[in-house]
Amino acid sequence: MKDIVILGAGTAGTLMSNHLAHRLPKDWRIRIVDQRKIHHYQPGYLFIPFGIYKEEDIIKPIEKFIPERAELFQQSILKVDQENNRVYLENGTTLDYDVLVIATGTDIAPEEIDGLKGPHWHKSVFDFYTLDGSVKLHDKLDTWEGGHLVVHIAEMPIKCPVAPLEFAFLADAYFENKGIRDKVKITFVTPMDGAFTKPVASAHLGHLLEEKGIEVVPNFNIMSLDGENKVMMDYEGKEVSYDLLVTVPTNKGADYVERSGFGDELNFIPTDKATLQSKVKDNIFVIGDATNVPASKAGSVAHFEGEILLENVLRFINGKELLQEFDGHANCFVETGHGKALLIDFNYTHQPVSGTFPIPGVGPLNLMKESRMNHMGKMAFKWIYWNMLITGKHIPFVSAKMSEAGKNFEEANV
Amino acid sequence: METTIAGQTIALNNEGYLTDLNQWSREVATHIAKEEGIDLTDEHWPVIEYLQEQHRNEIPLTIRKVGKSGIVNIKEFYALFPGGPLKKASRISGIPKPASCI
Repeated sequence: MKDIVILGAGTAGTLMSNHLAHRLPKDWRIRIVDQRKIHHYQPGYLFIPFGIYKEEDIIKPIEKFIPERAELFQQSILKVDQENNRVYLENGTTLDYDVLVIATGTDIAPEEIDGLKGPHWHKSVFDFYTLDGSVKLHDKLDTWEGGHLVVHIAEMPIKCPVAPLEFAFLADAYFENKGIRDKVKITFVTPMDGAFTKPVASAHLGHLLEEKGIEVVPNFNIMSLDGENKVMMDYEGKEVSYDLLVTVPTNKGADYVERSGFGDELNFIPTDKATLQSKVKDNIFVIGDATNVPASKAGSVAHFEGEILLENVLRFINGKELLQEFDGHANCFVETGHGKALLIDFNYTHQPVSGTFPIPGVGPLNLMKESRMNHMGKMAFKWIYWNMLITGKHIPFVSAKMSEAGKNFEEANV
Repeated sequence: METTIAGQTIALNNEGYLTDLNQWSREVATHIAKEEGIDLTDEHWPVIEYLQEQHRNEIPLTIRKVGKSGIVNIKEFYALFPGGPLKKASRISGIPKPASCI
């Protein structure tokens, strides 16, 4: 009997357990570790503050999606001993492995910024990257009468890099529908040099911010926050004050990564960007937000990685050369408010451009352009997530490697 | 677009960043730094070399990462490249601007 151990049963770990259950030879045992009991549909966090989804709409039991062939350990991970191919769990259990798949993702770490966490946390300073944060933010918005709303990114990389922008767009529509948009000032504060950082996206979408009356403060690298006086300071002495701050704190990988001694300074794991094999040891593979590959941290990326990682794990156990096939493909809906959304499709080498998706020249979805159809796609995606994506089924027309057909790449030649 | 620096033809994107690190030289860096209002000193070069090495290893750069590099802390990084240190230092180092996905 040979052993594969998967760490993490979120989007990436769950879909890998299903892929492997279908394809691994019978003499392999699959074990998967996650201390949580509930699987969250994380794209739903964005909608909770605005009352579009409720908590119960986006959660299901983790075990429901783990294949019968895999054994689930609901325990915290203490550390990985890569020399001896062994995982230690916090209750003292040890799991020996021949192959390890790490899928423990990323989480917010508000304690990384001086003063961010304090008595004001979830009172005047909120996150929407946790279920708890987004539910509490909903309660706050429900009774908020207006003032200065600041939407803020602490530092890159973050999970779902477009979510803060979507939040600002949805907030604009939410306050308009409530009839208090004139009482709310919305500011978007980012460490990057603009809300849009890619030339094609800036050209196509820059007007959205102006139309929606969202002010942008670029190049703001937060040093500390004064919760009592409601002001953020950056390293150059700039200040931004707020009445209500919605921040995306520093994102970090899991703590056991640090204890195991193989992460970078944010606990992301050095990983080959084309094969998804770790640079820690040959028999350790990494998928999803836990890697340090220069792709977006997004569920679609984990999905595309899964198809390639499955092939590479099978090749590895058969002593074959790994496929260098992962191209950084990401595919993301971007809500713009009022029942419309954008769709973007990109990879390591191609920035998002306009065009049609998934069928070249036909669509029905439009790339880089607001439409109601794109919004319907985003809302329909929840069903696809639970029924196809994490269960490891192939999504029709959408390939792991990015298709270049139907896209206007000439506009990117600047 | 292209420009000529110290007799050498350099390819730049429309934001003035080099599109090929192989075309970078210390003369190119000095010239771009001047455009950014910075006179390069002995303290700048180790930072520039660090950024280039990270880029070659395809490691995404953040201000925090530079601050933990052991070469400069964040305050010193700001002092060397005032007004958007990562953006300016990247341009001077001949590597792409730090960017998000969109």
